[in-house]
Formats: sequence, structure tokens, C-alpha cells
Amino acid sequence: MAVVRDYSLLGPDGKRAIESGLAAAQWYRTSVPRKRMKELMQRRDGPAIRDTAIWLALLAAFGGTGAYVWPSWWALPLFGAYGVLYGSASDSRWHECGHGTAFRTRWMNTAVYNLACFMIMRDPTVWRWSHTRHHTDTIIVGRDPEIISMRPPKLFHIAANFLGLFDVPTAFRHMAVHAVGRLTAEEASFVPETEWFRVYRTARAWLVIYTATIAICVATASVLPAMLIGLPRMYGAWHHLVTGLTQHSGLADDVVDHRLNTRTVSMNPISRFVYWNMNYHVEHHMFPMVPFHALPRLHDEIKGDLPAPSPSILAAFGEFVPVMLRQRTHPEAFIERDLSSWAAAGDTGGANPSAVSAATTMDVS
Amino acid sequence: MATWIEACGADDVDAEDVIPFEHDGHPYAIYRSPADDYHATDGWCTHEQTLLKDGLVMGHIIECPKHNGRFDYRTGEGKGAPICVNLRTYPVKLEGGTLYIDVD
Repeated sequence: MAVVRDYSLLGPDGKRAIESGLAAAQWYRTSVPRKRMKELMQRRDGPAIRDTAIWLALLAAFGGTGAYVWPSWWALPLFGAYGVLYGSASDSRWHECGHGTAFRTRWMNTAVYNLACFMIMRDPTVWRWSHTRHHTDTIIVGRDPEIISMRPPKLFHIAANFLGLFDVPTAFRHMAVHAVGRLTAEEASFVPETEWFRVYRTARAWLVIYTATIAICVATASVLPAMLIGLPRMYGAWHHLVTGLTQHSGLADDVVDHRLNTRTVSMNPISRFVYWNMNYHVEHHMFPMVPFHALPRLHDEIKGDLPAPSPSILAAFGEFVPVMLRQRTHPEAFIERDLSSWAAAGDTGGANPSAVSAATTMDVS
Repeated sequence: MATWIEACGADDVDAEDVIPFEHDGHPYAIYRSPADDYHATDGWCTHEQTLLKDGLVMGHIIECPKHNGRFDYRTGEGKGAPICVNLRTYPVKLEGGTLYIDVD
């Protein structure tokens, strides 16, 4: 009989995870010599300044020319690009700057983090703590607040979010709740009370900005201001869903080894720029201190102890979509990776002698 | 009264780095600053059970390897989320190339 999973943070599965030791557990880590790890963890401003300058310049160029030719059809591709840079690249900037690893200089991380949070409509405080929990309890049912692909998966919900149709209304609902000085019960379970005032303050500021944007739309009888602020979180969201779904979908839950529940994917250079190298996702979860620009080098260092990466976004979807479809009726189905042939490498301090492709099978027991 | 425990040789810690030390089942972290000052703190991050020995030392900051929480290892002061509790620090003395920690 299928086990019914309760993904709420206040439900029985969360309590069970605490009782069984799955919550806040010690996770497997590949052994990397301290000297090498120190090199990989080093912070630099250069790569993030370069990428941020390119990102902001492209936003200005596509947004500016799109507004200039508005409302002709020429605006369509321009806003298509603007939307991805706004509604998807902000996801990875939120993520990297939230870890504090993108820049060496602290205020630069904070500045880009807050800008990206506004664009992706994630409260900077709530989502900082939410992501902390995601790293503590990655894909632990009832503990991880950032599980996209549940078992059984909410396929309509996931598909609708390619245009932000659930995420954006939820963001505004939470903004309204925060603005009146409250947190949801789930948020209150992982955000310390000393931080709540920041949430209220941000929600009020953001609501002023969105209200002003709508007022300008009404006053000018044009949707153009919202095409630049707010709506790109919807029409440009698709890319961050595409990349985000590759991270954990179809893989195991309730395990304490990121090689079992996380996926690394080889990607094209444009997606890697938008996604800021988070395609090296097993590596990132195992060593969250390593900045985005050093993840390819970390991958080379430890790939012998990791499942082989999916060769492309398409290949990753080809792996997990059939499993997700099966999970609608068989929630026990998942992609099981066989680590038995090299699981000891992390404990013995040596790199695995042979690069091993993960044996991916669909477990429906 | 101070209880000085021999921890390690001064050269065992690289400049701007951290090493672990355990005494009586309790983990400590020993730091050497870029200016060759020595400091010691509890070994566990105050946020969650993660050993700081695997973290990154930048100047006078130790960053936890799990959630990137940051402390000033000279004072133990937490430098923002997710750190809500400061780190306990311990006096360190250097005698004849050996580091001692006052664990009291």
C-alpha cells in the first residue's frame, strides 16, 4: 500500500523525521583534502561583478528597447529575453547571494540578494531561513520547505508555475499577510521571532512599489510598466522552473546522501549563465561554501565519487518525467541510484578509483 | 582558575586557517589570524551541529561550512543570519612554540 506523505512542516512526517534522526542529520560528504578545499572555497568579486554587470546591462538593453518599440510585435522577443533575465536569472542570484558566496565583498552579496528577492518575489528573510532548512534537511518530507516535486506530484501546479500562476498569487498573499504584521504558521516554524520585523518592513515596501506600478498602468492606460516590473516574474519564469526541476525531481526522499536525492546536469552556456552554475547541484549541496565560479573545478575534483551528470536538460527531463507520471498512481516510485560500488570513498579519504555512472532504476516496491 | 591544556604546535595551524582540537570529548576550533595571532572557540557552530573545522577563515571571520553562518572568531560574535547565538571563545597562550587553551 502506498505511503501517504505529508509535506507540511507542521505535520506528522516532520515529527517522524525528528524522532528518527533524519532531521538535522550528518550528511555524506566526499573527502577532499583541506588544502584543496580551501582553494575551492576562496571568494572573489571579479566573476560575480562581471556577470552582474552583464545581467543588468542586458536587462536595461532588452527592457529599454522593448519599451521603446512597445506595443509593436518587435517587443515580443525583446520582452521574452527581458522576462527570463528578470523572472529566472533572479532565482539563481537570490540563491547564490543568499549563501553569501557569489561576491567576496559582503555588501555586494546583500545588494544583489535584495534586488533578486524583489524580482523573484521571495521575502529576503523568510527565504533565507527557508533555504537554510532546505540545506539542513534536503528533500526530507515534512522538513524541507522547498520541495517542488512531491510524491505524488502536483503536475498541474508545476505546469502552471512555468508562468508563475501559483507562485505569484501566493507571493502576494504572503506579502499582504506580512504587511499586516503576521507570518504564516509554517514560516513562523523556521524564521526566528527576532527576524520577523524585517519581513513586515519588506512586505510594506514592496506593496508600495507594486501599488505604484499598477497606479502608473492605470494612469497611462498601458500595461507597459507592469511588463517591466512584476509581470516578468510570470512570463519569464519558465527557465527557472526548467532548471529547478532538474535538481531533485524523481530522486529519493528521506535519505542523507545528496548523491541519492540531487542531480547534476550538463547545460548549455546560456542556461548556465542564467542559472549561475547551479547545474552542479550535487556539488553545491555537498559543499555549499564553494562559490558558483569554482563549481566546475569542484566537479572535476570529486566527480569520481558522484553519479555521472545528466548529459543535458532534455536528458534529465527524460529521466524524471516518466517517473513523475508514474508517481501519480504509484507514489513509491523513484529513481534509485546504486551507490554500493563506491560508497566508501568519502569515509576512506580517497577519491574513487573509477568514475561510476549511477545505476538508475525505477523502484516501485 | 585557569586550566591550560596543551592543544597543538603553533605551526600546526596555517595562517588564516582553522584546525580542530578535542579535549574531554569536547570539540574546539583553533585559529591563526593573518597577523599570526591565535584564537580558540567551541568547535560546533551555534546554529546547527556542524563542525567549524571545515569552514573558511577570511581575515577574522570563520564561516560555517553548512549554512555559511559567520562569526568573528576573536570575540565569538555572530555576524547575522542564520546565526542567533554567539560562539564561546577561550583564552589561548603560546609558549615555546606550543599553543595552550584555557578550557575553563
